[in-house]
Amino acid sequence: MQLTETLDIQAIRADFPILNQEINGRKLVYFDNAATTQKPTSVIETITHYYNFDNANIHRGIHTLAERATRDFEASREAIRDFLGASSIEEIIFTSGTTQGINLVASTFGRKFIKEGDEIIISGMEHHSNIVPWQMLCEENGIKLKVIPVTDLGELDMEAYQNLLSEKVKLVSVNHVSNSLGTINPVKEIIDLAHSFGAKVLIDGAQATSHLNIDVQALDADFYVFSAHKLYGPTGIGVLYGRKDILNAMPPYMGGGEMIKDVTFEKTTYNELPYKFEAGTPNIADVVALKTALEYIAFHGKENIAAHEDMLLKYATEQLSEIEGLRIIGQAKEKISVVSFVIDGIHHQDIGVLLDNQGVAVRTGHHCTQPLMQRFNILGTSRASFAVYNTVEEIDRLVAGLHKVKKMLL
Amino acid sequence: MTINESQDEIIEEFELFDDWADKYEYIIDLGKKLKGLSEEQKTEDNIIKGCQSRVWLNARKEDESLIFEADSEAIIVKGLVNMLIRVLSGHTPHDIAKADLYFMDKIGMSQHLAQTRSNGLASMVKQMKNYAIAYSLKN
Repeated sequence: MQLTETLDIQAIRADFPILNQEINGRKLVYFDNAATTQKPTSVIETITHYYNFDNANIHRGIHTLAERATRDFEASREAIRDFLGASSIEEIIFTSGTTQGINLVASTFGRKFIKEGDEIIISGMEHHSNIVPWQMLCEENGIKLKVIPVTDLGELDMEAYQNLLSEKVKLVSVNHVSNSLGTINPVKEIIDLAHSFGAKVLIDGAQATSHLNIDVQALDADFYVFSAHKLYGPTGIGVLYGRKDILNAMPPYMGGGEMIKDVTFEKTTYNELPYKFEAGTPNIADVVALKTALEYIAFHGKENIAAHEDMLLKYATEQLSEIEGLRIIGQAKEKISVVSFVIDGIHHQDIGVLLDNQGVAVRTGHHCTQPLMQRFNILGTSRASFAVYNTVEEIDRLVAGLHKVKKMLL
Repeated sequence: MTINESQDEIIEEFELFDDWADKYEYIIDLGKKLKGLSEEQKTEDNIIKGCQSRVWLNARKEDESLIFEADSEAIIVKGLVNMLIRVLSGHTPHDIAKADLYFMDKIGMSQHLAQTRSNGLASMVKQMKNYAIAYSLKN
C-alpha cells in the first residue's frame, strides 16, 4: 500500500512506552483505542513532575506551591477553551469524565428546566451513559424519552429526527461519534434543527475529540462533553462545556468547598462560573496533564493524525471485508477509525480470547450500547479502533490473527 | 475418581501441549463435545449473565450425587465448562462444597475466571458451589 505520510509513526510509537512490550510472546498490537488511548511520555512525565515539584491544593493558597498548582490548573482550562473554540474559560467545567458531565446536566439543567409532559430526544446509537441519566430524569419527572432510529448503514435517520421534533422537546442529547460503529453524526444539522424548536442540545464528544476538530461556537452547541483519557490524556478527568448563559441559569450540582461565595447557616451564596460546578478538591494533576495531551496532539497536528487514521480505517475496511463470513457493522459514509465486525458462527468473546493470545487487543461485547446491538439483532461485536500510533503492519497482524481464529473455530 | 484425581488428570493432559494454540484447540474441541442444554432448558431461572457471554447451569440430585449440566454461547467458555462439569458433577454436595479448584490455575486458564472476562464462568463456579451448599444443608 502506498503511503504518503507526513507523520513519522515510528517516532510517535517511541513516545508511547507501553507499546514496546510483548503480550503472550508477540509484540503488542493495541486496537482498543476507543475504550482508552495510551499515554505519551510527556503526559506521564507531567503527572510525575506535578507530584514531585508542584503539588498543593489550588486557589486560596498564598504559598508558592499553591500558586504554581493553581497557575498550571487554570492554564489547562485556558488550553481546553482554545481546543474547543469556546469563548470564555467560564464555560469550561472540569468533571471526572463524559459520564459525569452528562449526569451533571441531567441533574441540574434537566431538573430545573424539563418538566412533566416535556420530551427529550436521544439516538439509537448512544452509549448507556447518554441513555440512563435521561431515563432516570424522565422517570422522576414524567418526561417522555424519544429515540432517533438508526439506519442499516449505521447512520441516524434524519427524516425521522425531524418528525420527532416539536415544541415539547426541551433537550436533544446525541453523540458526535458512535463508539460502537464509528459513525460521525451530522451534529451541526441536529443542533440547528433542535434550536429551531427552542430545544437545547448536548453533544457527547467522547469519541470525537481525538479525531475531529471541535468548534463549539461554530456548532452552536449548548453543551459539549468529553473525557481526557480518550485523547492521550489521563483517566479520571473530563470536561463539560456549557454556554455561559445556560450555566448561569442552572443550579449547582454538588455542594461543598470551592463552589461557594459565602456560607452562613441561614444562607449560602454560590461562586461564579466555572467554580460553581466544581465542588471539592479537583483532580489537579490530571487536569494539568490534560494540557500536555492537547499539546501532544497540536504538535503533530490533528489533520495529520486524522489523515493517518483515515488511511488505517480504509486499509482495515478493505482487508477485513475480504475475510469470508465477516460482516462490518456500521458502514456510514462518515466514520472515524473504528471497525466493528461479526463473523458468522463465531461468538465475539472467542474472537477476543484468541486474538489476545496472539498479542492483539480488541474490544468485544456490546460496547455499552445494548439497544444498538438489538437494533442490528446481534449480541455484540469485535471492535478494532485505531489511534495515531497504529500501523498498516498491525492491521495485517489482526487479519492474520482472524484467519487463525477462523481456522481454530470453524 | 475423586474431584482431585479428575483435576490431576486434566493437568496431566495439558502437559502434553507446548503452545497456546494446541491448548485452545483442545478446549474448543471440548466445547464442541459438550452436550449442552436444549433451548427449553435455557430458562431465565438458570441463566448466569456475563457482560461478554451467557452461561446456563442446571443442577439436579441423583441418589447422593449432584449432577450438573451447562451450556454457553461462547465455545471457549463451553470447553472450560465441560472441564468443570467433568471435575465436579457426580460428586456429593459435601465434596463439591469443599472442593478446591486448582486445575484452572495449573493449566494456565485462571484468567478466564478473573473479573475482567465477565463471561459468567466465575459466577457459574460460585453457583455450582451454592447448589452444593444448599443441597448439603437440606440433608
